[in-house]
Amino acid sequence: MDVESYVVSNSVTLGLVLACVWVARVVGREPIWRDAARQLWSRRRLAIVVVALYMTIGLVDSIAWKGGIPEDVVDVLPNAPLTLLDRAFLGTKEASYSAPFASVEFYGAEALKRPGQHPFGTDILGRDVLYLSLKGARVALLIGGLTSLIAIPLALIFGVGAGYFGGRFDDFVFFLISTLASIPGLLLLIALIMAMGRGTLSVCIALGVTSWVGFCRLTRAETLKLRELDYVSAARALGVPELRIVIRHILPNLAHLIVITFVLMFSGLVLSEAVLAWLGIGVDGSWGQMIDGARDELSRDPIIWWNLSASGAALFVLILAVNSVGDAIRDVLDPRTLKDSS
Amino acid sequence: MSRLLEVRGLQTAFPSATGETRIVDDVSFNLDSGEVLALVGESGSGKSMTALSILRLVPKPGRVIAGEIKLEGRDLLDFSVSEMRRVRGGRIAMIFQEPMTCLNPVVAVGAQVMEAIGLHDQIGQVDARARTRELFAEVGIPDPEARLDAYPHELSGGLKQRVMIAMALSTRPEILIADEPTTALDVTVQAQILALLSDLQRDRGTAILLITHDLGIVNELADRVAVMYAGRLVEVAPRQELLSNPLHPYTRGLLRSIPALSPPGVRLPEIPGVVPSPDHWPNGCRFSTRCGERFEPCAEIFPEETAPTSDRRVWCHAVDASSRDPEGEAL
Repeated sequence: MDVESYVVSNSVTLGLVLACVWVARVVGREPIWRDAARQLWSRRRLAIVVVALYMTIGLVDSIAWKGGIPEDVVDVLPNAPLTLLDRAFLGTKEASYSAPFASVEFYGAEALKRPGQHPFGTDILGRDVLYLSLKGARVALLIGGLTSLIAIPLALIFGVGAGYFGGRFDDFVFFLISTLASIPGLLLLIALIMAMGRGTLSVCIALGVTSWVGFCRLTRAETLKLRELDYVSAARALGVPELRIVIRHILPNLAHLIVITFVLMFSGLVLSEAVLAWLGIGVDGSWGQMIDGARDELSRDPIIWWNLSASGAALFVLILAVNSVGDAIRDVLDPRTLKDSS
Repeated sequence: MSRLLEVRGLQTAFPSATGETRIVDDVSFNLDSGEVLALVGESGSGKSMTALSILRLVPKPGRVIAGEIKLEGRDLLDFSVSEMRRVRGGRIAMIFQEPMTCLNPVVAVGAQVMEAIGLHDQIGQVDARARTRELFAEVGIPDPEARLDAYPHELSGGLKQRVMIAMALSTRPEILIADEPTTALDVTVQAQILALLSDLQRDRGTAILLITHDLGIVNELADRVAVMYAGRLVEVAPRQELLSNPLHPYTRGLLRSIPALSPPGVRLPEIPGVVPSPDHWPNGCRFSTRCGERFEPCAEIFPEETAPTSDRRVWCHAVDASSRDPEGEAL
């Protein structure tokens, strides 16, 4: 490929930011969504702030350009694209291990280059653990977000199609679902990653392909219910074409399910990646990989705990915050828990 | 008045354990332009299915197996899917029983009416909005401009039904099928909606096929009445004649069981029994299992159509016998 990866990453980031602005405008325009957003904010302020923080870190770690590296930095290739985050942590690599806030190297008792400036210590290769933990945020968001973006449209196309049109297509989708459900998920995942080769995108595709089934069943069932509703019959009696009925009348009424599933699926996927990393087929730079690397260090004496705790805590806090937001979104959007609507 | 819709020998069937069950069987009627024809019957008598058959919207796996539905001489059953789509909403519009569920809860009502307009007319957003506002005013929605952006849950049942009517009228259909338009509304709102339908029929000359089980509504609105029982027509007559001189025992039973007509303290006369399920319909007259006047051929032979006067039709052996006996014909 001619285009360098940092250019792609920058433009994707720009696209995502624009998409977020667009979503925010749509939400602001529709009173239903605006109310929901307001309720959500009043219920889960802290969790939303935490998620926003992670997203900001991910954003800072996504904007990259070349050049501008000081001459004395030796651990970076001269012409490599560096992200904002990388630049902030330039030259934090030490000769070796150190504990959090220590002023000397852990095993050699040598003075550190930056004594007391590694709040989370360094890992066995001398990399700053705080830096690595922050780097993990982007990877986690990427895995959760990209995979959801693959899995949810897949589930919607199959689920809504099967539910609305029924017949042959429904049979086909059910055949597909049954087939996928009868293969052990983890094995299929590993096989797909092995077949496509390792890499962020292939891990996302593999996770996406194996995780759409549940949501697909849900949308199919919901569509079966919606298509019998009077406003769909009324639309048909007005001569609205079928595809338009799906887009105008079925999909908007699935929107709450899509949002809820997106958030809950997101955290599940980030955790799945940790499992994959433990199996050695995860994404480079993820928290899963850090945890996996820190596993062996636990047996040292004195115990090396900061590596594992930092990545574990970063993962835990993100998942907790996302789940908490997801829970609140379900409360706010699910018609069955709505109190003030007719 | 010209003949607008002509339904001949309509049969709509659903597959069942024993083959096919005809939910609508051999139904024939006409609808002239500007006329209100009421289709009356109990729940499950096939009135709604008749209406859906006309629009070719019978829910699967049901289908129309025989008959003709001629709209100004052209059979709707021969129309292609896209032609049919233009007929729906364009020439024949339908309003449904439950205004509560007939509007998409997540789309503003104005946008829903504008969608209907946009389907059949190529006009811009601004014009569509203006037309929707006019329609809202015409169907008596107060403060139409503000209501355009309201969501269904912000409107009362009566307002929702008015929105539905506005939506159905948006493309100036020649025929309006109203499937129990007032059943879900309370009595005062009912009266308003009926008055509205009556005004629209007079002002626009829209023919209305009114489906109802309420003879009070029939009395207020209908020009002619077709009574259905268990998928078959039993009597068709002009409103006045049907109400004052019902010929079929079932029609008489229906009229007797109107609460307002019986003195207080007296048990309301009812038609004994319930409508048999489609699998247990008798071979002969469908009403024979509950009819107080049945005699020998009723359960076995379906009565022929008889026309006591030029504008009445009735399917009953008793009427048949009485109309033929004077001429000394055998049964």
